[in-house]
Amino acid sequence: MKKLLSLILAAVMMFGCVSVLSSCDSDDGVFKVGFIFLHDETSTYDKNFIDAALEATEKLGLDESQVIFKKEIPEGAACYDEAVDLVDQGCDVIFADSFGHEEWMIKAAKEFPDVEFCHATGVKAHTEKLPNYHNAFASIYEGRYLAGIAAGMKLNEMITSGDITAEEAVMGYVGAFPYAEVISGYSSFYLGAKSVCPSVTMLVDFTGSWYSPEGEANTANALIDKGAVLISQHADSMGAPGVCETRNVPNVFYNGTTISTCPNTYLIASRINWAPFFEYMITSTQNETDMPYDWFGSLNTDSVKVVDMNTAVAAEGTKEAIDTAMAELKAGTRHVFDTNNFTVGGEKVTTYLADVDDAGDYVGETEVIENGVFYESKHRSAPYFDLPIDGITRLDK
Amino acid sequence: MKTATHHREPLVHIVKRTDISTKKAVLIRAIAVIVSLLFSALLVFVLKGINPIQFFTALFEGAFGTSRRIWILLQKTAVLLCISLAVTPAFKMRFWNTGAEGQVLVGGLATCACMYYLGGALPLPLLYLLMIVSSIVAGIIWAVIPAIFKAKWNTNETLFTLMMNYVATFLVSFFINTWVTSGSGTLAPMSQYGLPRILNNWLLNIIIVAVLTVAVYIYLRFSKQGYEISVVGESENTARYIGINVKKVIIRTLIVSGALCGVAGLILVGGTNHTIATDTVGGQGFTAIMVSWLGKFNPLFMVLTSFLVIFLEVGANQISNAFKMNSSISDIITAVILFFIIGCEFFINYKIMFRKAAKEDK
Repeated sequence: MKKLLSLILAAVMMFGCVSVLSSCDSDDGVFKVGFIFLHDETSTYDKNFIDAALEATEKLGLDESQVIFKKEIPEGAACYDEAVDLVDQGCDVIFADSFGHEEWMIKAAKEFPDVEFCHATGVKAHTEKLPNYHNAFASIYEGRYLAGIAAGMKLNEMITSGDITAEEAVMGYVGAFPYAEVISGYSSFYLGAKSVCPSVTMLVDFTGSWYSPEGEANTANALIDKGAVLISQHADSMGAPGVCETRNVPNVFYNGTTISTCPNTYLIASRINWAPFFEYMITSTQNETDMPYDWFGSLNTDSVKVVDMNTAVAAEGTKEAIDTAMAELKAGTRHVFDTNNFTVGGEKVTTYLADVDDAGDYVGETEVIENGVFYESKHRSAPYFDLPIDGITRLDK
Repeated sequence: MKTATHHREPLVHIVKRTDISTKKAVLIRAIAVIVSLLFSALLVFVLKGINPIQFFTALFEGAFGTSRRIWILLQKTAVLLCISLAVTPAFKMRFWNTGAEGQVLVGGLATCACMYYLGGALPLPLLYLLMIVSSIVAGIIWAVIPAIFKAKWNTNETLFTLMMNYVATFLVSFFINTWVTSGSGTLAPMSQYGLPRILNNWLLNIIIVAVLTVAVYIYLRFSKQGYEISVVGESENTARYIGINVKKVIIRTLIVSGALCGVAGLILVGGTNHTIATDTVGGQGFTAIMVSWLGKFNPLFMVLTSFLVIFLEVGANQISNAFKMNSSISDIITAVILFFIIGCEFFINYKIMFRKAAKEDK
């Protein structure tokens, strides 16, 4: 009897606790923003987002209770659960940072039309046409082009000093997967180098993973063995820069800097600055102004940065060359994918249908070349440039 | 002269308990839980200056803050419990099945393959039937291979089942690469082919597992096969002596184990996720082992232990989110609490005796 009584008492207490807690409804009209991150700060990819989120929310004067972070959210049903949990907590706008979150964000967006959902790197907003679901990306190809200029200048320095001949100006590129985002990145990097060093060629290979320290190191080693005298990469570990430092090969980084760990070989880095988008997303929601399906960050919105040039490694005149090119890109007088500057199979490209609408068919449907320029990130924010341009050799083929 | 055998009694010594009342055992465990919570609160206070009231508020809010959180809590408990039920018969038989992770994953993969290839081509009830059958069969195949090797050639089942996990993971990678050719490597959810919803996304899973819990309890406690499992677990020689076919029992039990893992895969993929990834099971195949041990291989106790583990997980996550800490803090808190809970078993099995202040002469 005593046992039963204490059991009942415990149950009552539990129930009381639950109902008190769930009755503190969090939507009290205060503006709140929620962020969903794939990993935590230990990943360079997520750290870039987390830092930007802190910067933007601080700048806009949001206090701690108005900003909710959810870290380590996998690309699965958990993303939906966390997104709707943020809705329950009274968030007015919710952001997710990884490609695989997209389907779940769309699912949540359909269920909660009064809440804004924003997603980085996604491709479906312009075809889903939900008024409260938006994709965002920045023209990182412009950043990589500028970083490519620094690489080209470095190659020129090696040629002038007699270390290599003009024909030996070979760059190596460690890619994660052979998809448009990576292809667009290495093509723009190559074109940047080529704009100052016409004889440059590039070898590209893929690791098949976004984060594989060992795989990236092995690939970088193989590329150097095949004659690469400068390395860049599009993958998230320190594998390739580490190899470069050991073998004394200049390295161009992405999404951060390795100047402290690789002081003798780190050259320059490009990165996406997400703070301007976060500010835009938050103020638009607060002011109830409509956001477009796709948000395009650029050099002009300060979303693309070329940062932390290592003066000990960079060739003389690199900064000036980058500044000139950046000014022209900003003004629109220079285009990264100007069809006068590259050929495919020896021919100039005059027309190309890109797979902009991701219907799952991998068939291009949108003409992307206008006035002799391949317009990247114009028809949707995520990249779609995937032409096999001359001068770049893919080792996986 | 009696100098020969005068040993000083040590300050403390440990005595094995032979009969501890259930009441006392429950009390010791309850104290362990409370002390561990207080200790975690203290730890977070020292490390981050967060006051214990905020700590406990966040812990409980994470689990019970909204009705949705309560549902998710119950749903997650159900999935973990389902996997724990699956490993229990094998563990009771002392067959160290560390392959639940892989067995659940292949069950999920089979479900997912049905949804991918047959979704839209078959009427839904038939699709559901195929999903159920194929996931169970897949789970059985993954569990029974090591069981046959164990029964026939006495191979080490711990290593064998563990290795099967990696094979399952790569099998899932392989199929994702085949099905998804775009950049992400993630398969979009096929929600239109998910198992039917009852009230919401979660209730169906909870009901299925509730039924299974009772069924496994009855199977282990009252069936002849359940008895055979206990005997084989206690002593294979005894089992052989009283005429139990040990090989048959091993294989049969692993069929049950694998089938339950298959069901866990079915409810994970067909019930909630509607897609699969290599981390869909997320280590629960191993957590389940702990749940099963803590629950003393009793399905009814395991309801409590799986609930406790999930409660800690979501509560600790809320703590790291609410105070914008690195997610390691939730791992630390969970580890501290589990350490206490597992550690308290010592006090249940042993008694600490202090030296008596004044010794009586004999």
